Amino acid sequence: MSNAYELSIEKLPNPEKATLEGKNKFLGFWFFLGGETVLFGTLFATFLALRDKVGNGPAGHELFSITTTFISTMILLFSSLTSVFAILALKDYRLRMMQFWFWVTILLGLCFLSLEIYEFFNYVKEGLGYKTSAFSSSFYTLVGTHGSHVFFGILWISTLMIASYKKGITTVTAPKYYIAALYWHFIDVVWVFIFTVVYLLGILGG
Amino acid sequence: MDWNQSTINHYLEKQKKRQELIHYFVSFVLMILFTVLAFVAVMLRDSINDYLIAIFIVTMAIVQVVFQLYYFMHMKEQDHGFPALFLYSGASVAFLTVISFVSIVWIS
Amino acid sequence: MATTPITIGEEKQGFLPWLWKWLTTVDHKKIGILYLCGAGLFFLVGGIEALLIRIQLSVPQNDLLVGSTYNQVMTMHGTTMIFLAAMPAIFALLNAVVPLQIGARDVAFPFLNALGFWLFFLGGLILNASWFLGGAPDGGWTAYAPLSTEFLGSGMDFYILGLQVAGAGTLMGGINFLVTIINMRAPGMTFMRMPLFTWTALITSALILFAFPALTVGLFFELFDKIFGANFFNAANGGNGVIWEHIFWIFGHPEVYILILPAFGVISEVIPTFAKKRLFGYTSMVFATVLIGFLAFMVWVHHMFTVGLGPMANSLFAIATMAIAIPTGMKIFNWIFTMWGGQVHYTTANLFAVGFIPTFVLGGVTGVMLAVPAADFQYHDSYFVVAHFHYVIVGGVVFGLLSGLFYWWPKMTGKFLNERLGKVTFWFFFFGFHVTFFPQHFLGLMGMPRRYFTYLSGDGLTTGNLISSIGAVGMAVAVICLVINVVMTTANGKKAKGDAWEFGRTLEWSLPSPAPEYNFAQIPLVKGIDPFWKAKMEGSSKVMPAEPLGDIHMPSPSILPFLMSLALTIVSFGFIYADKMGTALNKGSLFFAGMGVALLFLMMLIHSLKDDHGIHIHKQEIIDTERVIE
Repeated sequence: MSNAYELSIEKLPNPEKATLEGKNKFLGFWFFLGGETVLFGTLFATFLALRDKVGNGPAGHELFSITTTFISTMILLFSSLTSVFAILALKDYRLRMMQFWFWVTILLGLCFLSLEIYEFFNYVKEGLGYKTSAFSSSFYTLVGTHGSHVFFGILWISTLMIASYKKGITTVTAPKYYIAALYWHFIDVVWVFIFTVVYLLGILGG
Repeated sequence: MDWNQSTINHYLEKQKKRQELIHYFVSFVLMILFTVLAFVAVMLRDSINDYLIAIFIVTMAIVQVVFQLYYFMHMKEQDHGFPALFLYSGASVAFLTVISFVSIVWIS
Repeated sequence: MATTPITIGEEKQGFLPWLWKWLTTVDHKKIGILYLCGAGLFFLVGGIEALLIRIQLSVPQNDLLVGSTYNQVMTMHGTTMIFLAAMPAIFALLNAVVPLQIGARDVAFPFLNALGFWLFFLGGLILNASWFLGGAPDGGWTAYAPLSTEFLGSGMDFYILGLQVAGAGTLMGGINFLVTIINMRAPGMTFMRMPLFTWTALITSALILFAFPALTVGLFFELFDKIFGANFFNAANGGNGVIWEHIFWIFGHPEVYILILPAFGVISEVIPTFAKKRLFGYTSMVFATVLIGFLAFMVWVHHMFTVGLGPMANSLFAIATMAIAIPTGMKIFNWIFTMWGGQVHYTTANLFAVGFIPTFVLGGVTGVMLAVPAADFQYHDSYFVVAHFHYVIVGGVVFGLLSGLFYWWPKMTGKFLNERLGKVTFWFFFFGFHVTFFPQHFLGLMGMPRRYFTYLSGDGLTTGNLISSIGAVGMAVAVICLVINVVMTTANGKKAKGDAWEFGRTLEWSLPSPAPEYNFAQIPLVKGIDPFWKAKMEGSSKVMPAEPLGDIHMPSPSILPFLMSLALTIVSFGFIYADKMGTALNKGSLFFAGMGVALLFLMMLIHSLKDDHGIHIHKQEIIDTERVIE
């Protein structure tokens, strides 16, 4: 192993923003996240306006469980960390390591989703249907929109990972992995507000 | 060992990466802490004023999000001026929306 | 590595290859022309709807369009004009001009650009398909809930889904131009050296980014209330219609600034060019544009003064609304000061730009009148409001767009529009417009409510309405002249050279008309504001290049944007037909929608996996093309 640190032209540092296309994708995706912030903001605002309108159905505090919420939160937080590791591996061009951490992220995401689906099934059994009240409609729409974002993220990262066995880490593929990780962090950010405003404040209201 | 410029650069790169890793771990641990604190606060709702708990947990959420944004999403690094500007703008519009929905929707 | 020869001369092409070229293009210049055709088509449709309204209202108790039929025409007139005519026309100009003005070869995301167009076009078709499939939406362009979700028919489903699809396209376009302007300016073009039209494009795109997601959510709420029984706006189960009003206007107010800012940008280009004088107060114009963009999000409640939100809310928003008049006023003065002392040439483009100034000011001052909540209690839902918004939208946006059309037509097509016919168009449109809408202020003050399909002969509204309808005929004549102009000059109009108007100041005029596929053979080096004017004043006919001549790489065309939009259309129809109004949800239809979603995902997968190597244009081809153009 030579002592000289080689900077070969194929292994530029920060491959995800080494090209104009990469920089464009990076900026465009951050802007998209800005728009998504407004989207979720509107959903949150509506939820907050309707959170007391439980009609004949159950209220949040009658259904929410601190334990389930805590477990979901931890799952998503860990998955956020694993996606950080994936990007660290990306910057080092360590394909296998990046794939490993992204697959762990996906697995955790699937656990989160399964828990959420199970949770929703239980709520429906307890009398909180989509049409039950204004609270129920806004609850399911807000949390469901977040859940579908998680689902889409899982599909997206899985697709990228399957393709990565053939395409590897290049200045073309690196931006894609990077923005998929950004997306994943963003849905964790949204979840932080969901568990605080929907679940914790809901439990508090009881 | 020959101490030439590229070896020094190599060592500095490794230092930087270690620093970054430490940042990520510390941020992660702090995020878990903020989460746990919020949950504990709610579990203590029988002894503390509800409004105080509400303000506390929302503050915890905001702080945790700041860590996510700046560390996990690299917003503290270079070339993040526009992303930050637009994210904060989006957050402001969202904030305005939330404020108006909790004050001027239900008027008695 | 595929090489595609550039068509320099006229080549005989079959119909199918020609159609394929237009269906698969990702070239911003062609997409600009596509947007223009779409906008033009829907402008005519919306115009016919306007004429029908004016005929119905020309005499009291007319029976041409009555009740729900009138409501459908009225709703579609507004919805079509705003979403399917004005916005696409704006995107036409943005696409045709912005990359050229900043010295770029294309937008940041050419594929997304094409997708945005097809989504708009198919969204417009979905919306207008309603005419043939059970009735058009009839809830007004504002679709208030719970009227729209509980008391109107299947037409509203077309509104919800059509706008959702078209809106998605707009959002993509917004992000595209933001990234293009920020990342792809030519070397030396700092932000404070950008042309004003590019500045307004930037701020408009930011407004689009933050306003459209709110509309997206609102439309989903209406969809869920309507077909899934959700309770967002259903008071019986705890919902509240005021939520819709807030969501719609949090989108809707920035939307009207999205419409007007590009028009401001056009005026800021046309007036200096035809006064042969640089724009007065460049820095303050930029500042005013940014301030208007910022304030645009702070005023939406002025559409809700009569909801009963209380004096505190009303006052806050009234003050914010009046504040917006200030940066707008700055712009008006700057345009006037630009003309003062210049050598003004009254081409058609300049006639529209100069005609814009007093007309838009009239619209602006009635806006300030409306901003006073106590007064608005009288004006609200009367023709005074109708007069105001037509003054700012037609007198502002449309005048600006027509100015931009005549101004940049030679750059887009290589031919001038006929100036004589253009002037006829202008004068008929200008006088027709004022005759139509000025009386409407008084009709409103005399108590005529808006959105009513008739009035009684004893109401004192007869003369005003008749005059208004006569004015509409004048506008129709103008539009017919414009159509004839377009057809005539497309066939054999006067050819335009690169610096078509001879006084070009900005980079697009340094290129041939129309620009070659790659725009700039060499990206230019920008040394100041109005870089082309600077180069000309320094004795050169071209702007200094920033790079040597070399091979150029352009993106490949693709049929996927068109197909993806078709997939979303399938999804839309699935949802539309799932709503069986009062009976159970049509599950089969929802399954059909699901198939559409699966198709969309499949195409996204194909796009992601396929490697686009692009089209390589060799240096020699560029040299040959440039030589022929000269």
